Amino acid sequence: MKTERILTMAQAISEAIAQEMTRDSSVFVMGEDIGSYGGIFGATGGLLDKFGKERVMDTPISETAFIGAATGAASAGLRPVVELMFVDFFGVCMDQIYNHLAKNTYMSGGHVKLPVVLTTAIGGGYNDAAQHSQCLYSIFAHMPGIKVVVPSNAYDAKGLMTAAIRDDNPVLFMYHKGIMGLPWMAYLEGSSNAVPEEAYTIPLGQAKVMQEGTDLTIVSLSQMVQKAMLAAHQLQGQSIHAEVLDLRTLVPLDKEAILKSVRKTGRLLIADEDYLGFGLSGEIAALIAENLDTVSLKAPVMRLAVPNVPIPYSRPLEQFVIPQVTDIVQAAQALLVGKLAKAAAA
Amino acid sequence: MQIGKEKLMWMYEKMVEIRYYEETMAAVYMEGKLPPSIQKGLAFDIGGGPVPGEMHLAAGQEPVAVGVCAHLSDDDTVVGTHRPHHFAIAKGVPLNAMTAEMFGKVTGLGKGKGGHMHLFDNAHKFSCSGIVGASMPIACGTALAAKKMGKNWVSIAFFGEGAANQGSFHESLNLAAVWKLPVVFVCEDNQWAISVPKSKATSVQWVTDRAAGYGIPGIRVADNDAVAVFEAMAPAIARARHGEGPTLIEVRTDRYFGHFQGDPETYRPKDEVAQLRQRDPIGLLSKLLKERRFMSAEEEAAVVQKAQHRVTQAFAFARSSAYPDAQDALADVFVQDHAFTRALV
Repeated sequence: MKTERILTMAQAISEAIAQEMTRDSSVFVMGEDIGSYGGIFGATGGLLDKFGKERVMDTPISETAFIGAATGAASAGLRPVVELMFVDFFGVCMDQIYNHLAKNTYMSGGHVKLPVVLTTAIGGGYNDAAQHSQCLYSIFAHMPGIKVVVPSNAYDAKGLMTAAIRDDNPVLFMYHKGIMGLPWMAYLEGSSNAVPEEAYTIPLGQAKVMQEGTDLTIVSLSQMVQKAMLAAHQLQGQSIHAEVLDLRTLVPLDKEAILKSVRKTGRLLIADEDYLGFGLSGEIAALIAENLDTVSLKAPVMRLAVPNVPIPYSRPLEQFVIPQVTDIVQAAQALLVGKLAKAAAA
Repeated sequence: MQIGKEKLMWMYEKMVEIRYYEETMAAVYMEGKLPPSIQKGLAFDIGGGPVPGEMHLAAGQEPVAVGVCAHLSDDDTVVGTHRPHHFAIAKGVPLNAMTAEMFGKVTGLGKGKGGHMHLFDNAHKFSCSGIVGASMPIACGTALAAKKMGKNWVSIAFFGEGAANQGSFHESLNLAAVWKLPVVFVCEDNQWAISVPKSKATSVQWVTDRAAGYGIPGIRVADNDAVAVFEAMAPAIARARHGEGPTLIEVRTDRYFGHFQGDPETYRPKDEVAQLRQRDPIGLLSKLLKERRFMSAEEEAAVVQKAQHRVTQAFAFARSSAYPDAQDALADVFVQDHAFTRALV
């Protein structure tokens, strides 16, 4: 029997890009330190050696110019994969992202096709403070015109990246640093998994049930899925059966998968690493609220997310604001306090 | 570069067409915006009439558009500004679809979703943006694509002198220089960044003084003259087509109307426009054509008549076209994906 090939998420992403570059000569990569360095977070490792500097282009530190150039190149028929090193840096180039990349298709009445994949690193947990630790996916999902992909593991990352490159629309591909499997940053090991060598796609807009359960639904994404899986394992020992749903993409959002799971369990915990206010967790809570005619809840919706403060530097402060495995466990217990009490009484 | 009769006549015809287009638009734009049909106390209602929203007209700036576009073919790309009509017309964007877009009609370039600052025409490789300084990064990208495809196509980024103080200007000139991109950055210096004069906002007298900072040539055109623009562009186009990299061109041009229609222009000396019109570039080119015996008075009348007919016909087309169905607002967020777009709402 063939042994399974385990890849890190970084390896899976760069493999997907390499396979698409081989398949389609219009695909090229550009960004800061994506060439000989292979991307600060390894998403473009090995590409320069395989494809050369004409197709793997290190850029000046000029995000407005090179992200705008990606839009221009895509309008002219190419398929750029362009990297914004940290999502936190969007402030220096947001005009090109949301006023041009995201809107030109619509403003042209659908005539302008912009197959751009914008990759970017997200997330905290390694004490990099307020300007290098955010998730911010809700900001991009909020604004129409960009698909938003947020994988939690290597297998999904490869299939989603392949689908993203083949998509004729702008796709923001956000990878969490703490699941890339970097040699210099601790990561949650569930993110490295078996990845087939051949190319495959995972359609954008399909959430995945990572673990089935009957007591509550934990809706999550990105690194938080791995935390939710660890929490679910602990909860299992307390006879709490959590269903873990990985959204995988925010745009399109698989609303049906969320509703289906919550209809089954009757309890919803949203575990999110973005800010609490006006974001993803509120959106999903609203989805449930709008469907209360077909969803019957046994407990109020509960949200775990970063309270509305910038990400602090000091370890205890950062760990306090970013939801941890124990926070997920405790939140689940709180949701199931009735069931736990009944079990204790019996 | 010696400019021949054919190019001169083309530039003249296009300038006449642009001028008539802008003057027609200035009149049509005011329909439905003035009292008494609107709220008491308003001088003018920007959202009223058949062409609502902001309107930035380019009368007086025709030499920049025609002097540049006379060098271009359909394979070359133009990225324009929030004041885009003269560029679009000179690049060959169809007048009917362009005008219908400004009327918000379904027959418009963008099916009524873009409006006058957001005109997209793939067939003529034309686009523009309402954001100051945004043309330059995108033109770098179309130039990069041409280079990667091994074509000698050129990209033009038009921008105003106010945009030379945007970060996108500096980033794009550096990027284009480092990568030797076939792009020409063309600055329209009409002296006014809305109400702020160049002298109060820009650290150098000429934007082209900054070209040296990026190791690229900077060429100044001191007169609002189509022939001068054409001649200044020639080496820049040749340089781009031969893979030698970008050039920065600056043209001192004149804006006859306000920043937008309805602009009270309190910042501007009262007689400035009247003085500018004394050296009108269309009259200048007409004189040259007659001196060289390229155009008779009868031929000139025919040119004007034909241009007026094309413009009048385009406005009639726009007026008689249908509005889109309101539900169409939900389509086209993504291409080839209408079902998904609708499901989002």
